[in-house]
Amino acid sequence: MAKRPKVYGLLAEYETAAELYKACEKVRDAGFGAWDAHSPFPVHGLEKAMGLRASIVPWIVAVMGFSGAGLGFLLQWWTSVVDYPLIISGKPFNSYQAFVPVIFELGILLGSFGAVFGMFGLNRLPTLYHSLFNSDRFSRVTDDRFFISIEARDPKYDPERTRELLESTGAAHVEEVED
Amino acid sequence: MSHYIPTTHEHDIDPVEGRMALIQGNPSFSEITEAVVRPIEIPHRRWWIAFMLSLSMLGVLGISLAYLLWEGVGIWGNNIPVGWGWPIVNFVFWVGIGHAGTLISAVLFLFRQKWRTSINRASEAMTIFAVICALLFPTVHVGRMWVIYWPLPIPNQMSMWPNFRSPLLWDVFAVSTYFTVSLLFWYVGLVPDIATMRDRAKTKIRRIAYGVFALGWRGSHRHWVNYEAAYLLLAAMATPLVLSVHSIVSFDFAVSQLPGWHTTIFPPYFVAGAIFSGFGMVLTLMIPIRAWFKLEHIITVKHLENMAKVILLTGSLVGYAYGMEFFIAWYSGNPYESFAFVNRAFGDYSWAYWTMMSCNVITPQLIWFKKIRRSAVALFILSIFVNIGMWFERFVIVASSLHHDFLPSSWAYFSPTLWDVATLIGSFGLFFTLFCLFLRFLPVIAIAEIKSVMPAANPHYVAPPPASKRKRHVTKSAVGVVESSDGSRDSEDSESAIGRGESSVSQSVKVVVSGAHEVKPAAADEAAPEKAADGHDEKEDADG
Repeated sequence: MAKRPKVYGLLAEYETAAELYKACEKVRDAGFGAWDAHSPFPVHGLEKAMGLRASIVPWIVAVMGFSGAGLGFLLQWWTSVVDYPLIISGKPFNSYQAFVPVIFELGILLGSFGAVFGMFGLNRLPTLYHSLFNSDRFSRVTDDRFFISIEARDPKYDPERTRELLESTGAAHVEEVED
Repeated sequence: MSHYIPTTHEHDIDPVEGRMALIQGNPSFSEITEAVVRPIEIPHRRWWIAFMLSLSMLGVLGISLAYLLWEGVGIWGNNIPVGWGWPIVNFVFWVGIGHAGTLISAVLFLFRQKWRTSINRASEAMTIFAVICALLFPTVHVGRMWVIYWPLPIPNQMSMWPNFRSPLLWDVFAVSTYFTVSLLFWYVGLVPDIATMRDRAKTKIRRIAYGVFALGWRGSHRHWVNYEAAYLLLAAMATPLVLSVHSIVSFDFAVSQLPGWHTTIFPPYFVAGAIFSGFGMVLTLMIPIRAWFKLEHIITVKHLENMAKVILLTGSLVGYAYGMEFFIAWYSGNPYESFAFVNRAFGDYSWAYWTMMSCNVITPQLIWFKKIRRSAVALFILSIFVNIGMWFERFVIVASSLHHDFLPSSWAYFSPTLWDVATLIGSFGLFFTLFCLFLRFLPVIAIAEIKSVMPAANPHYVAPPPASKRKRHVTKSAVGVVESSDGSRDSEDSESAIGRGESSVSQSVKVVVSGAHEVKPAAADEAAPEKAADGHDEKEDADG
């Protein structure tokens, strides 16, 4: 017979956003690190209840956006001034005023790439397989249920005591999820 | 409650915000999912009819383009001096349609207009499909469409680069950036909803298809934090982007030296017109959809009314711009400019000009009447007029300014050919085919977003007792309600009914103070009998 499957952690189910919020505060105060909350929509202010730091996506967007704008200028300046200078309607080679629209558009374009791909990168998506998908109840996370998952790799994790903690937060259901 | 039946009463109050609920009937989260997803899971016969119609129109486009490729742009009515003709008219028309989608998804998001959540998904889809139609026209209008990549800065055998001083090139960058950003914005919004589709999928193909596009989304709050930051920033970037796109489209005209085009009012006037036409198209699409998909409780009359108000505002702005163009044509003292405008209103194209004026300036003024802006049928008819009017606006700008060149010897009249008409109809076929496919496979309403603006989404909201209990409770306590509300029961006008609803509903919300957060329901201080927040006020009124 095969070895018993490894345990990913515990999954607690809640019926309302309010219950999830209070439960998150308790799990946070218990000092867990490798845990997460799951909800069908972003519950307002839950990052505070979980003790999460602000996202760094804005910094990625700023860097990408300004690089896009800079590249936009370089592209136009290099092609019009350096590589193939051509007099058009008697305008100067470096007609920087006329370059503004393309600078702007490329800034926005790369900034948006930063926002979208930066966000997916930070979230490590796509991750098509995840241990939590082994739970049948977890499929309701995209409908109307709220969950807290605590991973077994957390140093504070203890199969019994962590389960008790989750049950004490008013979870409707607590189960062990296989890895 | 297995099946949710939409109600039409307007007395549902959001217990957290203390104002009229965005979604009527106080449905639960799963009822929202059910209402939005059901039409996707079971194809409707109406959908097949609409799809087949659109597909046959798309066939017309295919034939037109094939013949165009074979024969050349001579099949159109374009001539010299009217070299731009219908293709550019259609291009500006379709780009303009797209703008409402971005306005709803980005600008209203920045202004925290929560009602946008009912309509943003479909309008963003509309934006993307409209921009696809728009991009088609310059592509085929250049004649040799196989060298359409020339405007892109790609090293080539001529070792030449595009001319970055040309507004036409700015347009290439603006519209393609607009398309890319709109697509990304739409997709980011779709990921959680595609995950919903994945988790509900009954067949393996659906599970895999939705599963791949959901990217393994699992509603993690660590993800939501980054997601919300990205979404906000996309909205913040899409807002100036959408303003820039139609400004740059207007530069195609305004930067030229042609009387009737060379005006500084063009950028704001084009943007207002774009939003005006886009909201017209949103209404044209959403009014049938909300009826066919039974979504009247999510896309309520209030949503239609709000959109109608935007149409009224932007329609009036457009009317002001028309007037101001004429004023400046006279006030500038430029004889060419004043000739162009007198010719526009009273020359060969006066029929088109007055069609435009009546559709864009006069029709939207009907929205001042509450009866009209709250009637779905009236708004649907009105939105068709807006679409027609805005197409004619672009036609008037293109044709009337071009057909009388500086030399009378080169004056000519533009008449469209059969192929002009076929290509325009075909572009509608492309648009509606794509939209039908969207309706068939993707949630037409942003499920996750709409849930997040419902009262129960607030982490400090405590739900009223369950439905079975609630009904019994209401009928039994009806007598008590009459006693305690000292005679105000007698007046049955809707205003007092709403007032009562507000005070009683707020009682059922127990405010939970936790940390720094505190939710203060409106009128919480009013003493009212214990009653459930379920919109049964009317029933009680009848009992009383």
